[in-house]
Amino acid sequence: MSEFVSFKIDGKQCMGRAGEYITEAAERNNIYIPTLCDYKGTAPKASCRVCTVKVNGRVMTSCTTPLQEGMEIENETAEIQDIRSGIIELLFAEGNHLCPSCEKSGSCELQALGYRFRMMVPRFPYLFPVREIDASHPKLIKDHNRCILCKRCVRVMKDEKGRSFFAFYKRGAKLEITIAPELADKITDEVAQQAMDVCPTGALLKKRKGWDVPVGKRLFDMKPIGSEFEQVK
Amino acid sequence: MSKAVVATTSMAGCFGCHMSFLDIDERILDLIELVEFNKSPIDDIKHFTKQCDIGLLEGGCANSENVEVLKEFRKHCKILVSVGECALMGGLPAMRNGIPIKECIDEAYLNAPTTKNCNPDRILPNDDELPMLLDRVYPCHEIVKIDYFLPGCPPRADLIWNALYALVTGDELKLPYEVFKYD
Ligand code: SF4
Ligand code: SF4
Ligand code: SF4
Ligand code: FES
Repeated sequence: MSEFVSFKIDGKQCMGRAGEYITEAAERNNIYIPTLCDYKGTAPKASCRVCTVKVNGRVMTSCTTPLQEGMEIENETAEIQDIRSGIIELLFAEGNHLCPSCEKSGSCELQALGYRFRMMVPRFPYLFPVREIDASHPKLIKDHNRCILCKRCVRVMKDEKGRSFFAFYKRGAKLEITIAPELADKITDEVAQQAMDVCPTGALLKKRKGWDVPVGKRLFDMKPIGSEFEQVK
Repeated sequence: MSKAVVATTSMAGCFGCHMSFLDIDERILDLIELVEFNKSPIDDIKHFTKQCDIGLLEGGCANSENVEVLKEFRKHCKILVSVGECALMGGLPAMRNGIPIKECIDEAYLNAPTTKNCNPDRILPNDDELPMLLDRVYPCHEIVKIDYFLPGCPPRADLIWNALYALVTGDELKLPYEVFKYD
């Protein structure tokens, strides 16, 4: 059994297991550290940086930093919250996020972070990039306007042989998600649904499914993302 | 105490934000105690007749007239508030950003199912009186300085009310989670 260590988050004394990631340890101490690219049960990728904290005064991603005895972690300080807000705003400005016309609206993790951080409007100018919507697959729509390149779909969605259904394609600013051609016809309704659930945004959508949850009942309509981890204050 | 003077306008918007504003129900009675309206579709005053305290902006800028109206608002209002996704980021009209203007116009006047074969002379709107379309749709804050932003499509009536009330009275803005939405 791994050894227990004590550490602090924003001055609060916490207990955790040595070596587990800071995000996991925080969660079990009823403290929410926002995450976006991270997905429970899958090795972290640290592509979004939303989980940024300061550990003993140094900026780090908490989803990839193993816990050690005596760590002093800054989570909800003004400085850290501003870094996170900036990252969220960048993601909104960098893509084309027309939430009113998005099937994922209300259950989208990126949007939910915008709500949680009370983002009124990004501090950066909107780029309005020209990107495709690819609806050629019989079960699945890919909307590149909304993809934040978190790679969750690539890391999580695999067939029984461990091959990824999705992959990165092209380079640099043109980088996008593609469906592995040899696995395309193995994407059943079920797989399409899973992919849609795994994707934090509305970039992967199961066809003939949109708008099936009424406004008010969607994941983040009434409760902020992360509130399930937080102590009743 | 003299009442705060409020102006409102709809530029490249659908009037949904104004409709949401009217959704404050019986608080409209409190509203008329609190403010007087100047240029606004609510009282149909077409031109500013005095300096205003607050300007509420619906819609972004899609054409030259929108830009002119917006600049008028900046000149005549102490505080400008962008109301709704269209004002904040262009909204639905901004879906044309990235499509060349010629393609948009051809689609609307020549190739759409309702115009195809109905426009044999292939006439495109060209009257001098018509405002010019801009190359893309601009959020209001890319044209003039905007002081506050209220997201939503439309922003919930409670959000608009809370914001207006806070601005007029100087009280702190109430921002409950359930009224803060982008859709
Ligand atoms: S993916 Fe999320 S943030 Fe983007 S448009 Fe859809 S709901 Fe909005
Ligand atoms: S499609 Fe979704 S899960 Fe995949 S990289 Fe894009 S945002 Fe992430
Ligand atoms: S934000 Fe929505 S309701 Fe307001 S003008 Fe735009 S489309 Fe209409
Ligand atoms: S959640 Fe840690 S970097 Fe994305």
